[in-house]
This record gives sequence, C-alpha cells and structure tokens, in this order.
Amino acid sequence: MATTRSVELWLTAEDEAKLAGDHGPGVAMAMRLVVALARVSQATQLIDIESAHIDGCLYHGQAGLDFIEKLVSLGAKVTVPTTLNVSSLDLLHPGLVRLDPAESAAARRLMDAYVAIGARATWTCAPYQLAGRPEAGTDIAWAESNAIVFANSVLGARTARYGDFADVCAAVTGRVPFAGLHVAENRIPTLELDCSTIPDRVLDSDAAWAALGFVVGREVGEQVAILTGITPSVVDEDRMKALGATAASSGGVALVHVAGVTPEAVGAGEAWPGAGIPRIELTPELLRAARDELTTATVGDELNAVAFGTPHFSLAEFAKLAEVLQDRVPFDPSCTVWISTSREVLAEAREQGYAQLCEAVGAKLVVDTCTYLVPILADSVRTAMTTSGKWAWYAPANMGINVVLGTLAECIASARAGRVIRDESSWR
Amino acid sequence: MSQAGGERHVSAEALCPGDGSGDILWLDEPLSFWGGTALDTGVITDVHHPQHGVSLVGRILVMGASRGSSSSSSVLAEQIRAAVAPAAILLGSRDAIVTLGALAAAEIYGTRLPILLLDESGMAGLPRSGPVTVHAAEDGASVCWNA
Repeated sequence: MATTRSVELWLTAEDEAKLAGDHGPGVAMAMRLVVALARVSQATQLIDIESAHIDGCLYHGQAGLDFIEKLVSLGAKVTVPTTLNVSSLDLLHPGLVRLDPAESAAARRLMDAYVAIGARATWTCAPYQLAGRPEAGTDIAWAESNAIVFANSVLGARTARYGDFADVCAAVTGRVPFAGLHVAENRIPTLELDCSTIPDRVLDSDAAWAALGFVVGREVGEQVAILTGITPSVVDEDRMKALGATAASSGGVALVHVAGVTPEAVGAGEAWPGAGIPRIELTPELLRAARDELTTATVGDELNAVAFGTPHFSLAEFAKLAEVLQDRVPFDPSCTVWISTSREVLAEAREQGYAQLCEAVGAKLVVDTCTYLVPILADSVRTAMTTSGKWAWYAPANMGINVVLGTLAECIASARAGRVIRDESSWR
Repeated sequence: MSQAGGERHVSAEALCPGDGSGDILWLDEPLSFWGGTALDTGVITDVHHPQHGVSLVGRILVMGASRGSSSSSSVLAEQIRAAVAPAAILLGSRDAIVTLGALAAAEIYGTRLPILLLDESGMAGLPRSGPVTVHAAEDGASVCWNA
C-alpha cells in the first residue's frame, strides 16, 4: 500500500486560474476538491474529460443537498456533457415512491439543483443506453459502480471510480486526476478467469451472467481480470451489464475484459492474457453456487413481487420480455411485476408497443429511480424474484425481504403461478 | 515514535487538515459508512460487522482497510453536519471516498474533521485504546498520547 509522502502535483496555468477563482467561486470550490482528490490518489497531473455521469442526485440527507446548492449559488455550471443517475423519486408516476413529504421535498430539491447546474435530467443508472455515449479511448468521469464498469469494459472509455462530490466537481472543472484506470498500464489484466467449461446454453440467460458477475467480483476484488473461453456470440450488452453490475456489488470491479469480445481485449489479441498471470477456472457449479448465495427463499414459496431492470431495463430487454408475454397469460393477482427503466428507454418501448403489452398483463413501470433504493414495493412483500444480481445482493438488507435470483423464464413462470419455480435444466 | 513513558507520538500525512481528540476506536473489520452506519446517530448498523451497535461519535476512528459504496462520502458529510461523526479518522490506505466526505463538509460548513494517512509502522505504533490528540496541517500531521 502506497502510504509514502505525496508526490508533486503539477498544475497547468489554467488549473491554477480555476483554483484562484478566475472562473468564479463555484469553479474554485470544485477545483479545490479535484486537487485534493489528486493528492490522495498521488496523481502528478490533471487531465481533461469529455463527459460526466453524476451519482450524487440520490438523496442521502441534508449535506448532499447543501453541497450542490452551494455550488449552484456560487455560479458553478458543468462544462462537459453530463448525465444524471437515478434519483429518489419517479417524477413521471407521482405517488409511486412512498417517502414522507419532507424527505420527498428534499429529494426533489436535490434533483432541481443538479438540473440547475446544467446536467441532463436523464435519471438513469444506465447512461450507456442513451445516445451519444463515450467513444473508446476517451477519458470520462463517471460515477455509479455499474456505469463505471460498463464504460471501461464495454465502451473502452476510461474512468476511475468516482463517487459523490467528486463526480460533480469533475463535471464543473472538466478535469480529473491522471490516476487509476485513466492510466493505460492500470488497464492490463492481472488475472485470467477461464470460463471454457461453462456450456453456451448455460450462458444463454441474463441471470447466468449475474451469477458469473458475482463469482468474478468475489475472485478478483479490485483487480482487472480477463474472462477467456467464452463464445463471443453468447455475449451482448445486456449480459455485460448484468456481469458488471453484480461484479461491482460483490467486489470492487471497475473493469473486466472478455477475450474476443470487449474492445481492449480484441485490440490486444493473443497478447492477452499475458504470460505468467494467475489463472482461475470458473465452472457451472460455481455459477449455481452463486445463484444459490443470491437466493434466500425456497422453491415453492409464495411469491409477492418480481423486479426487472436493475440496472435499468434496455429496449432489447423490453423486446425479449414482450416476446415472452405475447400469449397474454396474466400474472397471479398476489404477485406484482415491476420494471425499472429510464424515461428515454420507456418512451422508445412505448413507440414499439412493448410497454403497453407489459402493462396489459399487469406489470408496473418505474422510471427515474429503482425499486431497491426507495419504498415502492408493497410493505406486505415477503419474497421477491429478480434476474438482477445487484437487486438480489442489496434487496434483502435494504428491504428486509427474501429474494430469488432466476432467469427471465423462471421469473415469468413464477409470477404467473404466484410461487417460486426453478428450472434446473437452464442452469446445467 | 518517541521513547517509553511520557508523551508519545507518530507522524502521518494530512489528507484533510484539522484538530481533534478523543478515545481511539479500532475497527475490527472494514466498514462502509453507507449501509453500515446510521445517518442520524453515527452508530454501526451493519449486522454482519463485529462492532455492530458501537457508536463512532467523537471517537478517533482507525480504519486499516477501506470498503464500500461511493455514497459513503455523502453519509460521512451528513454525519459531520449532524455532529454525529468521529472526531478524526486515521487511515491505513488512500481512501478517496472517506477523504472527500470530510473535504466536502469543510467546504459547506467549515467543520474540519481531520483525516490522516499512516504508514505501516505508524499504524503499529498507535495505542489500542485510550485518549489521543490529532493534529493535521498542510506541512504535517501527528497523533499524540500519554503512555
């Protein structure tokens, strides 16, 4: 662990001008925090970013609100295209989130302040599903762990792990410390995870990728790993989303390569995995063990809710779900199916008719926030099922309920039966 | 470190300047402020943590390794605002999440929670319990106590 004295930080004349208040007191305040972050991370210089994604718009108390309102009052504005993560409210479906009036008002003020500073009201944890996403090789400052791992791994853009306060200060100054995953050498895999014994048919479900992500997070912690032995045709963006989100929950994963699939791994070709790096074999047994660890209820239990869309449901996932729901068999009245998505993807899903079909069979749509973060599910819910490893990881503690990780087919069959159904054949 | 008896001290690097004093509290395991501590009381709420139920308020908190959500910055800043934060935090690793929480609170409220970075021998030299005094400034930082 590097606990030596700070290295010298070199600032440009423009950096010094921002720090000195030449661009106003708001920019100076943001710059003080960027410089402090650079000293903590032992960066020797700052670099430009091309976009930012801010996670600070979820309400965690008065201090977060005071911070952004102070920046706004000092005249700060974002200087790069900036998207916003989920909030604590669903503005398109008022009353859906059951917060007390005071907290609800504070959460709304927080959202307003982030819009006032110039960020786009996207309210999504999956900014990579929106148009204009970052290009490979560009430096960005993204917060929200699943967005970070997706941007680094799938898009090949470069972001360190940013969190509350750092995200908006980067957006205001347009500068970040040259450290962490902005540095090319830190992006080279140091561990190989060999998946060649996992059959393609097992990897042909999104829930299997959540289980795989759980194993990856546990095995690699904060290292950069490369997955080998995966048939490229079974990989798509939604599966990479499931993998990354779960790996960033069970571990501190911010970048994971897939040989023959992700851009930097394709670019490296035969050179990765490098000679002599440790290799671990991942097996279907490990995936089933992960599934069972992310499951706290029992097959046959009464099921009260199903949650899709953590991270936010994509248009492709809506299309897949619509295909399954085509027969219009209704859900059991005791089980509510929730779909969390962004307002932009929901608009596209309406254009395609997917959203209407989901609603026709009884599903409920949530935008701008997520079902595991704020009170949305009925208080009476005891057991819920999900395709999401991240939801399964956080829901038991956040909501005090039992959870089952399952494939889309298992979730729909269970919602229709009103009890937990497992199809072991899809996991072997 | 100074000689046996009388006043002792270890040197450190200041990540967030400030002064504080209180009883030292070593975390037995890494802790995430978000999801692991109560926003309004500063008590450890993580049921899996061995020190579940212990209050961090006014303590000199020793965090050997860091863990947890980036939302922890907001939680620490809120605990500083509500005066239910530790009196100082002594880190064994370069934890940007914890440091940013303290720096943000200093920007908003002018309240300075000292954050110090100690190397291995500095950590090893700290007492396991009892009152200590912490001073952190741009030109250096130290932890002092009477042995």
